[in-house]
Amino acid sequence: MATLAAEKQAGQTAPEAVVVRFAGDSGDGMQLTGGQFTLSTALAGNDLATFPDFPAEIRAPQGTLFGVSAFQINFGSTAIETAGDAPDVLVAMNTAALKVNLPALKPGGLVIADSGEFTKRNLDKAKYDTNPLEDGSLAKWDLLAFDISALTLEAVKPFGLGNKEALRCKNMWTLGLALWMFDRPREPLHQWLKQKFAKAPELAEANIAALNAGHAYGETAEISGPLKQVHIDPAETEPGLYRTVTGAEAISLGLVAGAQLANLPMFFGGYPITPASAILHHLARLKEFGVTTFQAEDEIAAICAAIGASYAGQLGITSSSGPGIALKGEAMGLAIMTELPLVIVNSQRGGPSTGLPTKTEQSDLYQAVYGRNGDAPMPVIATRSPADAFECAIEACRIAVQYMTPVMLLTDGYIANAAEPWKVPDPASYAPFPVKFLTEKNDGENLLPYKRDAKGARPWIKPGTPGLMHRIGGIEKQEGTGNLDYSPENHQAMTDARKAKVDGIANDIPAQDVCLGEEGGKLALVGWGSTFGPIHQAVRRARRKGLDVSHIHVRHIWPLPANLGDLLKSYDKVIVPEMNTGQFKTVLRDQFLVDARPLNKTSGQPFQIAEIEAAIEQALAE
Amino acid sequence: MNELTRIETTLKDWESDQEVRWCPGCGDYAILKAVQRTLPQIGADPANTVFVSGIGCSSRFPYYMESYGFHTIHGRAPAFATGIKLANPELDIWLVTGDGDGMSIGGNHTMHLLRRNLDCQIMLFNNEIYGLTKGQYSPTSRQGTNSPSSPLGSVDRPLSPCAFALGSGARFVARGFDVSKKLPEVLIAAHAHKGAAFVEIFQNCIVYNKDRFDDFAVPKGADDTQLWCEDGQPLLFAGGTKGISLDEPNCTLKIVDVVDGDWEAAHVAVHNTKNRGLAHMLIDLRITPQFADFPMALGVIYDDPRPTFEQSVIEQNAKAAEGKDANLAKLLGKGQTWTVEG
Ligand code: SF4
Repeated sequence: MATLAAEKQAGQTAPEAVVVRFAGDSGDGMQLTGGQFTLSTALAGNDLATFPDFPAEIRAPQGTLFGVSAFQINFGSTAIETAGDAPDVLVAMNTAALKVNLPALKPGGLVIADSGEFTKRNLDKAKYDTNPLEDGSLAKWDLLAFDISALTLEAVKPFGLGNKEALRCKNMWTLGLALWMFDRPREPLHQWLKQKFAKAPELAEANIAALNAGHAYGETAEISGPLKQVHIDPAETEPGLYRTVTGAEAISLGLVAGAQLANLPMFFGGYPITPASAILHHLARLKEFGVTTFQAEDEIAAICAAIGASYAGQLGITSSSGPGIALKGEAMGLAIMTELPLVIVNSQRGGPSTGLPTKTEQSDLYQAVYGRNGDAPMPVIATRSPADAFECAIEACRIAVQYMTPVMLLTDGYIANAAEPWKVPDPASYAPFPVKFLTEKNDGENLLPYKRDAKGARPWIKPGTPGLMHRIGGIEKQEGTGNLDYSPENHQAMTDARKAKVDGIANDIPAQDVCLGEEGGKLALVGWGSTFGPIHQAVRRARRKGLDVSHIHVRHIWPLPANLGDLLKSYDKVIVPEMNTGQFKTVLRDQFLVDARPLNKTSGQPFQIAEIEAAIEQALAE
Repeated sequence: MNELTRIETTLKDWESDQEVRWCPGCGDYAILKAVQRTLPQIGADPANTVFVSGIGCSSRFPYYMESYGFHTIHGRAPAFATGIKLANPELDIWLVTGDGDGMSIGGNHTMHLLRRNLDCQIMLFNNEIYGLTKGQYSPTSRQGTNSPSSPLGSVDRPLSPCAFALGSGARFVARGFDVSKKLPEVLIAAHAHKGAAFVEIFQNCIVYNKDRFDDFAVPKGADDTQLWCEDGQPLLFAGGTKGISLDEPNCTLKIVDVVDGDWEAAHVAVHNTKNRGLAHMLIDLRITPQFADFPMALGVIYDDPRPTFEQSVIEQNAKAAEGKDANLAKLLGKGQTWTVEG
């Protein structure tokens, strides 16, 4: 992938892709700036991927290193699958933001810094002995430093804001400059600001003035050298209607679609937790779609209420992140035992314990597959990107209702917050899977609540149905009748039946494909979840160099696709890159006796393409 | 409760085909019969009735009822009930729990169900012990209780379920005991209350905490030790020779003698189930050491309905959906979109 820095070195002017990182204090509005820049990028027809990276503290002390909030976007005229390894452009709104983000910047990249923020006090807070804007330490990069604070204050002066409020417009000034740099129209931003500040028109006007001033600065300032206008051509994409979507949005929409396809009202039980809460927030606004959201007193109540709703005939859904999922474990076991449908969304974050609430990790795979008492098989699906999350959510709903089982849908903090362009799907293109409740006795004169169908699923019987009164619970059930039964043969039979039911799903999911490369060969990279982008790009680059490597990305983590074992055995080597210490690798080794090798990262940051590329080259050189 | 058509049933219709497995002589048997006697009286429909329980001796209850039943996990029955009721408000939900299940591991859920005021009947079987796990002291066990886990006597102070319920915002609080003839009456009142109706039922665990409540729950001397509260009636006991009166200077209750049945002259208080302050005082009688000589307040102590949780949720959902087009295709294409031409 050509990048701005690389192209510049090669003396070219039209790069295929650019990586920009906006960084500032957590109070500087960097996520907002990034979000709006993303929208303008999407409207310009570029493909893109973003990576919001913010501190766990809501308002960390100003100017501190741990209070730095950043938003990275990679956009271009070709397919973009990751937020980019190293930025070409770093916009540093304060001293700490420069310090924290500079190491990531590409050599030869551009630093835009607000010199007004580099005061003695701020330099101290960021642990700088001398001012990096002046001491020559930034020689490796292009540097553009000007007093954005002062320029913003000047621009918004006519609106009579207080100093603090006026300085809040700094992010819009910067956004204006960025819009100029990448040749974007300002009009959509004007509209957006007017809407956002509809109740305070003077704030809207001030922000618009700041935005315009930043834009004008790029246009007219006598700064030669580093600051140049760059135009990125629109990416070649399939025709159709597009929007940007975050993983949390896509999952919410997918769950709504799934419930509709099942022809059921949805009940969502949630409890506030980062980064899963976004799903609760989205669904709380979709009541007209037959969605009931319930903010429970704790994680346990959230899942129990969802199971209760499923028992009563709705599609019960709950969502959380690692620590909350741990609390839900016992209830998942009950849903497995009582064979009721349920979707559990896990937005993974760095662990163990509280871990890294705002950073991403894939370390809940063991928890998802194995993390319950007893033999408690449960299907697990992992989404690879925000757009893919929509499909995965529908698939989770389908399996839950068709197999009368809880299903865990794995996503992560990166997918939840990242935005990407999404071709708006047509709901009519999905095959409906309407639920049929049992309304009459199913064994002549008798009711058998645990009589299994061809899929191994028991009937779904809503309380309120005349003549079908029966009791269910967490104690082992007798085959067929569902009455309490502790007998050894029965427990063996029921354990086997629960396992067979979930194992059988392997025949009802698509065969595993190779998403880049060939079936069989020297090396396969096997990924799952949000590592899709970096693995895909790394494999693409390696293949361009003529290396024999393929990319397999697994959506169905449990049960695994029926052909996966044979597929893996068709390669000499298998590497499993994942953001944990090797969990999926272990599952694959266990299930297929293949020599899957780990490539692990647990820094709370997504993989870089280069890291995976290096692993490919090393493996093939061995 | 809910207002559906009355269904004619008999006690027999409510007996499931499952063998009852409590210890012989357990107070649970009497409660089971009282409930099976109550349901025909209120015209309940077995198909529309759901018994939801947690874990413990009491929580086996749903298996023995010929209705829908969900035996869930320890302490969480209130959360399941909440999901069931929100999904189908027509269902008539009876929650069965115990002192360990409802006040210890599930205290949080009991609290939140009560404050939200979900329409259901909560029967808390209080036997002051963990029965199913073989006799450990519970959160309602009196201080000094000897048990396998407290061989030197428990040091924890017990909690009072009714005080917990009132403190959590319950709008209906009542008391009864397993073998009481009046238990069905109390349950009928609980069922008639729209909202969360909390009923503490003292229950004799004859194996691990035998005859714990004999100081007031046996027929002998019951007149002196039981104060049956009835809305609009004077708070009399001891065959009408004694009553409960307000000790105004001390802002508390006192016992007064009633001569020749003239309770008015004796300033006996008239029970008012909407008087929350009075309810707070009544539930303390005989339980708090200061009131050890008072009779145990039984019957409906507090009953003052207000809108239920599910009602409010349903109304809000309906209002939010009003005039909105639930078109999924439109929803998916919402926000700032752009078209890529072919
Ligand atoms: S242990 Fe006690 S409460 Fe449990 S069934 Fe036996 S007598 Fe009843």
